[in-house]
Amino acid sequence: MGVGSFFTSRLDEAIGWARKYSIFQYPFVTACCGMEYMATACSHYDIDRFGAGLPRFSPRQADVLFVVGTISHKMAPVLKRIYDQMTEPKWVVAFGVCTCTGGFYDNYATVQGIDTIIPVDVYIPGCPPRPESVIDGLMKLQDKIATGTQRY
Amino acid sequence: MDGAAILERLRARLGSALIDTHTQHGDHTALVDRAALPAALSLCRDDADLGFDVLMDLTAVDYQKYPGREDGPRFEVVYHLYSLRWNHRVRIKVRVDEDDAVVPTAVPLWPIADWFEREVWDMFGVRFDGHPDLRRLLMYEEFVGHPLRKDYPINRRQPLIGPRI
Repeated sequence: MGVGSFFTSRLDEAIGWARKYSIFQYPFVTACCGMEYMATACSHYDIDRFGAGLPRFSPRQADVLFVVGTISHKMAPVLKRIYDQMTEPKWVVAFGVCTCTGGFYDNYATVQGIDTIIPVDVYIPGCPPRPESVIDGLMKLQDKIATGTQRY
Repeated sequence: MDGAAILERLRARLGSALIDTHTQHGDHTALVDRAALPAALSLCRDDADLGFDVLMDLTAVDYQKYPGREDGPRFEVVYHLYSLRWNHRVRIKVRVDEDDAVVPTAVPLWPIADWFEREVWDMFGVRFDGHPDLRRLLMYEEFVGHPLRKDYPINRRQPLIGPRI
């Protein structure tokens, strides 16, 4: 009994450890934050250290949805569909203040935070966020992946 | 042709249909009557000395809360014309009321007017008579109202898919 439960928890940790170092992100880039995303993804900051060096440009092959830039109401159904196409397990990162809250675009066109449409795991504020903030957010996501309940 | 000569040519050809002209910072503007707008625009394009072959911009202004213009016609549709051949410019304006916000289309003269007019319809709700396909350009079909009108509430939300509860 005790042996079995001990074994299950170790398997969870092992899977979490593996998953946190194989983050294949899908960058959903709509606005100026994309430049900062590219800066972060380039060699200077070496996000391969976190196993996140390879973006996938198909949501079906991605684990993490990076929503980078302002989401308008017209774009919202597209974002929802991209999210629905991703396979489990999946996580969402809101990159930049527009995706977190709508930012200063308090107007007729802009979604006031993507968490009104899809669930969000990590919020990275900033307009745009510095690469250091992005890496901080990435590490928080890694913690969340590693310590969460693993479904397999 | 310099700007004053352009306005003089328009005045000579259009007569009383040219309501007003003014010049500011080297930009020359002619305010024309709506009924004469197709004639005025054709003249600008086809007159050899005017030769305005480019419609650089077509937009509108909502004067609803503008000081001194509260009781005048609400909208002004603005045409910015440029001549590649003569390197000169002119601005044509036409005023329309809210109840009768319709302007003759410029698509037969400049095909680029197609999307400009769709944008003006989308943002201001000014219709263009004779436009081949007057649909919204920027907002989605389900959107209600025209967001650049001065009486559109700045905080109104019209989500295409509802917020998740």
